[in-house]
Amino acid sequence: MLDKLDGVLRFHGEALKLRARRQELLAANLANADTPHYKAVDFKFADALRMATADARPAPAALARTHAAHASGRAPAGSGTAVLYRTPSQPSVDGNTVDADVERAHFADNTVRYEAALRFLNHQLKMLLAASQG
Amino acid sequence: MSMFKVFEIAGSAVSAQSQRLNTIASNLANADSVAGPGGEPYRARHVVFAAHAIGEATAGVQVTGIVTDQTPGRRVHDPKHPMADKDGYVTSSNVNVVEEMVNMISASRAYQTNVELMNTAKALLLKTLTLGS
Repeated sequence: MLDKLDGVLRFHGEALKLRARRQELLAANLANADTPHYKAVDFKFADALRMATADARPAPAALARTHAAHASGRAPAGSGTAVLYRTPSQPSVDGNTVDADVERAHFADNTVRYEAALRFLNHQLKMLLAASQG
Repeated sequence: MSMFKVFEIAGSAVSAQSQRLNTIASNLANADSVAGPGGEPYRARHVVFAAHAIGEATAGVQVTGIVTDQTPGRRVHDPKHPMADKDGYVTSSNVNVVEEMVNMISASRAYQTNVELMNTAKALLLKTLTLGS
């Protein structure tokens, strides 16, 4: 019973956690907009969410590997949540790769999506509550 | 909850930027002073920013030091001036007012941005607190 509840809430819960994590990274980028040699960072949200919710779903069919050198057909473990450096569009002389406008846009976008995840989660909680109260 | 780190990160940036604003204020105030303490002309001061790790992969800002600008001060020929040297030149500070104004705008914008970050994080956390109600 409880694991089913967890299964219902899991997706948006994980999404919320990852949004909070991304918010933190973007805040760090904006905070270091004037720091020499700072490199802007971010992670791929879709990959990270897929990784975080992967074990809740049945594993996809694996490719047959007849040789040890064959690629497994799956991303290596941990690659989804890896923090990556942003490719600068206009690198500055002091080695800083933060584009404040881009970061601010990402930050605003992430804020809205965090609120969306929060609302989805809230809605699911209300639905469960309604179901349990009849 | 990782969102709390936003306060730490943006807070460090706000404090660093306000320190930068302080040095800019000091530089601008002394832009025309011909002699500082010790008889030497005032030298412009600049803060040095460096990233310092807060948690994994995220970094706040800290001021690692304040460096003194070593470029020579402006020399103006004014033999009547009390601070003039034997050739009649007065050496004033090496503050570049235009540069300082640009720095000031950059610092105040950065300050505003970081305050906004904290406000956004606060709003999101307060909304998260009402989850399930």
